[in-house]
Amino acid sequence: MLESILSKYPKEQDMLIEILLDVQNQKTDQYLSEAEIEQIASYLSLPTAHVSSAVSFYTFFSTQRRGEHVIQVCKDVPCYLNDSDNLVDTIQKQLGIGMHETTEDGMFTLEPTSCLGICDGAPAMRIGEHTYTKLNKDRVTALLAEYRGKR
Amino acid sequence: MEQKLLTKHIPGMDPMNIQAYLDVEGYQSFFKAFKTQPLDIIGDIEKSKLRGRGGAAFPVHIKMMSMAKQKETTRYIICNADEGEPGNFKDRYLMENNPHQLLEGMLIAAYATRANKGYIYIRGEFDTPIKIMHEAIRQAKAHGLLGTNIQGSGFDFDLEIRSGAGSYVCGEEFALIESIEGKSGRTRVKPPFPTDVGLFGKPTLINNVETFSNLPWILAMGGEAFASIGTESSTGTKLVSVSGNVKHPGVYEVPFGVPIRDVIDTLGGGTQNAQKIGMVQLSGASGPIIPEYMLDLTIDFDRFEDFDSKTGAGAIIVMDDQKDMFNILKRISDFFEHESCGKCTPCREGNVHMSKLLNKFLQSDATEKDLMNLESLSRVMHQTSLCGLGQSAPTAVLSTLKYFRDTYFDRIEHPQEGGLA
Ligand SMILES: Cc1cc2nc3c(=O)[nH]c(=O)nc-3n(C[C@H](O)[C@H](O)[C@H](O)COP(=O)(O)O)c2cc1C
Ligand code: SF4
Ligand code: FES
Repeated sequence: MLESILSKYPKEQDMLIEILLDVQNQKTDQYLSEAEIEQIASYLSLPTAHVSSAVSFYTFFSTQRRGEHVIQVCKDVPCYLNDSDNLVDTIQKQLGIGMHETTEDGMFTLEPTSCLGICDGAPAMRIGEHTYTKLNKDRVTALLAEYRGKR
Repeated sequence: MEQKLLTKHIPGMDPMNIQAYLDVEGYQSFFKAFKTQPLDIIGDIEKSKLRGRGGAAFPVHIKMMSMAKQKETTRYIICNADEGEPGNFKDRYLMENNPHQLLEGMLIAAYATRANKGYIYIRGEFDTPIKIMHEAIRQAKAHGLLGTNIQGSGFDFDLEIRSGAGSYVCGEEFALIESIEGKSGRTRVKPPFPTDVGLFGKPTLINNVETFSNLPWILAMGGEAFASIGTESSTGTKLVSVSGNVKHPGVYEVPFGVPIRDVIDTLGGGTQNAQKIGMVQLSGASGPIIPEYMLDLTIDFDRFEDFDSKTGAGAIIVMDDQKDMFNILKRISDFFEHESCGKCTPCREGNVHMSKLLNKFLQSDATEKDLMNLESLSRVMHQTSLCGLGQSAPTAVLSTLKYFRDTYFDRIEHPQEGGLA
């Protein structure tokens, strides 16, 4: 699968971030393995250390297996002012996991995130590539059930 | 109180259909640019006195002129759509609702500075704006507004989107350039500036989404008419992101010179549940926190020079008086600690230390010595950090030390009363 993704991109260093995003997004366990990092580096003729350091620099990338759906809850002030702590509590209780943990069935990983740039919809969170706003206990409970139902 | 230019056509306009933009005279300013000498376009922008909307408020024509003068013929223009500072969301609003206005502004800038290739760097969290901008580019190409020999003018311009991957510092112009080049987003020492040595070592003009979106309006109405809007030092309108404990959070467009209080009360609808306002943070996480009695200050770039802080990108974060100041400060400091790129010591170590000191206040465990340390640490970070991130990280602390000094002493002297919010 990796090869077919890589072949879409020109072999130019400035494609690195786009490639890393694409590769990670297409994996159910939402992370980049050492082997993948090496293969991407060799495709772009970059030292592996260069790619590894970019992977560790950007928050989106993980070198640890994660859940199929990564939940990022905004922790910054405008969301905090609109009770984001409560949102985190609700999710933790519903899923039985803490921050940076993954549910046993590999379905969800919970992470904090810096401001999502949608503070007019505070409190906000992102699941995969979808952003959800103006969340409260009921809405988040329904949302999690919906994601579970999709499987 | 609102004055709508950039947001004028938004209500009811379909952002996914270029025709909707063409129907409101979209791209007419770009066609006008073709009939104008590039240097005259820059001259008109000089007359408009337009200043950058991404935070630093630098005069736009100076950067454009510097680009236009370069001997190197490979030149780039970049739109900074990284908008990552807590409390800011106006660039998202512009991209989601009027993507072609941004493209037209970039085309005008590219034509005036003779750049043939452009990038829009959009933060990775902006899934919807990324989709909309891709579609807008596709439609602009289909209409012969991008590509080679645009409208038979002999001018070529190609545009690509690059996505961020979760890093606030990549909004800083050199960090952004490094990121597009496929590296970690760490800034470079200036000078040279990007207009001399930028992307791939070539002259590069970088401006904010809102800055580019102003250019069609300046060409349409003329620089002088534009300069008559707003104030002497800050011309035109400002898109303000209002958030926090207000009834109607959102993006509002007002002329410069409007009092902050009016924006909060009239447009933001005042506080939720009619609480009193406790504090207001301006410009985002990197901006000053001011008390309620200062809200008659007007929105103007040069108001907060005390803290070397401009109005910034125009955020107003309203906090009601039930919120604990130290909880807010700790969150701000955690943000900068996480987002520091680690290149220089005052920022890398300073933010860690600042979080620890603030935590002592939060936990009611701070002494006067901690207060003194916090104050001197803030000064050092502000003065010696390499880029704007580290320089502005202590602004929230420095401003509260000025306007809410008693709150610090209260917490030291009456620890038991400083219950955790
Ligand atoms: C830490 C940091 C983050 C920044 N983030 C942004 C941003 O998200 N968007 C932006 O336009 N400018 C941002 N800037 C300012 C840019 O460096 C640059 O000044 C701006 O893009 C220039 O465009 P303008 O003149 O049109 O404002 C940031 C600066 C710093 C120091
Ligand atoms: S101030 Fe902070 S973000 Fe800027 S270069 Fe130094 S460590 Fe990096
Ligand atoms: S603070 Fe949560 S989206 Fe901005």
